[in-house]
Amino acid sequence: MINFRKFVVNTGWILLFLFTSVNFALASEKEHSEDSSNEEFDARSFILDHVKDSHEWHIATYTSHGEEKHLNVPLPVILYSNNSGLSIFMSSKLAHGHTYKGFKLEEEGEYAGKIVEITESEGEENILIPLDFSITKTVFGMFVSVIIVLWLFLSLAKSYRKSGVSEPKGLQAVLEPVVLFVRDDIAKLILGKDHYEKYLPYLLSAFFFIWINNILGLIPVFPFGANVTGNISVTLVLAVFTFIVTQISGKKQYWKHIVATPGVPFWLAPVMIPVEIISLFTKPFALMIRLFANIVAGHMSLLTFIGLIFIFKSIYVAPGSIFFVLFMYTIEILVGFLQAYIFTILSAVFIGQAIAEEH
Amino acid sequence: MTGTLAGIGAGLAVIGAGIGIGMIGGRATEAIARQPEAYSMIQTVMIITAAMIEGVALFAVVVSLIK
Amino acid sequence: MDLVTPGIGLIFWQVIAFLVLLFVLKKYAWKPVLNAIKSREERIKGALASAEEAKEEMKKLKADNEVIIKEAKDERNKLLQEAREIKSQMIEDAKAQAGIESKKMIESAKLKIESEKDAAVSEIKKLVAVFSVDIAEKILKKELDDKKEQQALISSSLKDLKLN
Repeated sequence: MINFRKFVVNTGWILLFLFTSVNFALASEKEHSEDSSNEEFDARSFILDHVKDSHEWHIATYTSHGEEKHLNVPLPVILYSNNSGLSIFMSSKLAHGHTYKGFKLEEEGEYAGKIVEITESEGEENILIPLDFSITKTVFGMFVSVIIVLWLFLSLAKSYRKSGVSEPKGLQAVLEPVVLFVRDDIAKLILGKDHYEKYLPYLLSAFFFIWINNILGLIPVFPFGANVTGNISVTLVLAVFTFIVTQISGKKQYWKHIVATPGVPFWLAPVMIPVEIISLFTKPFALMIRLFANIVAGHMSLLTFIGLIFIFKSIYVAPGSIFFVLFMYTIEILVGFLQAYIFTILSAVFIGQAIAEEH
Repeated sequence: MTGTLAGIGAGLAVIGAGIGIGMIGGRATEAIARQPEAYSMIQTVMIITAAMIEGVALFAVVVSLIK
Repeated sequence: MDLVTPGIGLIFWQVIAFLVLLFVLKKYAWKPVLNAIKSREERIKGALASAEEAKEEMKKLKADNEVIIKEAKDERNKLLQEAREIKSQMIEDAKAQAGIESKKMIESAKLKIESEKDAAVSEIKKLVAVFSVDIAEKILKKELDDKKEQQALISSSLKDLKLN
């Protein structure tokens, strides 16, 4: 535990130095563009654009010859519609409101930020919403972190195969305490030593997926910094996985508790059964919201402190702003770990309730 | 105007959550002082309970986020 | 609003990615890693247990040694005790033997003396008889000469006799 704290603190410091420098760069760049265009700074859209998913990866905005230009990494767009079937192309084709193959990236209105298909029939314009399976910024960022997690743990497994059972060193020394932490302080503690082994792979995978994503989401350089765990679809899927695992492993006692809660008179059943059934769903729902809101709130407050510089349009706000950003970064690194821990331990608690035997 | 109201709502939620988590922390500290050997168990329960309260507070934050 | 609206595409990719992550890690990472950690823990536990066992064994050996030493000491003490007893017994016996022997010797010496004495007495008696015969002879020879002298002779002879 102590080793682990040391490790977290050290990682935090290293990441922090990286972040502050990048933030400075980002902040000064942004300020430059805002000053020259002399527009009112819209903090809300500035923050939401960074937090939300998008079809291309925006890296920087700069001004050349009095014109605002965007430096973007195009990402593949994959669409399926009943009208035109499957279409795959790069997002750069849709830049600046261009229409490609009848597809258009709406910039404002009801479908702002979504890709719509415009079809003409009998001189009338119809707007269709295709199914969007695009590799968006979040999907891309998630793939990057999945690859990193896979690489980390496959090489960890390899090093174990090579070194046998000797003392941990290198990557093992870094990751083994965390693996042991998940095993002993989450799985074994909550599920008991008879059942924990069955659920350990899921808990470990969820923990490291969330943790690595939280940490990578804080690095503001391509290809990191996508707001993966701060996206409700991602947390929805994770929560649904926990829900499915919980329901599959539910024992007789668990279902009995829902149908006939012990210690409650039978005439309360019409009230208790719906309440219990609703509580089945509120648990994963809370898991989803907790992780999503924590990470989004963290990113938003970071961006707000940076945005203060542009709201006040003064370079003298920058030192205070950067100080608070630094402070928030430290907290976010802690939160990133804590939320991974809380998601995993609550999943374990729910599974533990489901597999509890009658005492 | 909606933004302002949302801000007030989030603030109110934070007050409630703050009081709740503060009470958990206080009681947990008392419990640890009384029984230092139960430290890890108390800490786990404390974090789980705090996460529950935080979850409720975050519902409010999310509601504030919705336009 | 769309910040809190899940998107189908993202859900699709997330499900695929997470399932891949879960199964690949389960098969190729968690299994070997957890097994390695477990076997290391077991080895450490085993090493500790065997160390404890060795300690216990050592203790037992030490106790055994002590018992053996104690037994040997007891044996020695017993032997010494026995030897001492035998010695004193022997001395006692020797003393008793010597006493009996000396008594016997004294007894036999006494007997011898007695028998010698008896022999001597009978010898004297014989001699007295011879002397008395001699004296009687002499008396008988001189009787005729003088009565007085006869008397003197008898008394002198008697005096001689008393020598014995």
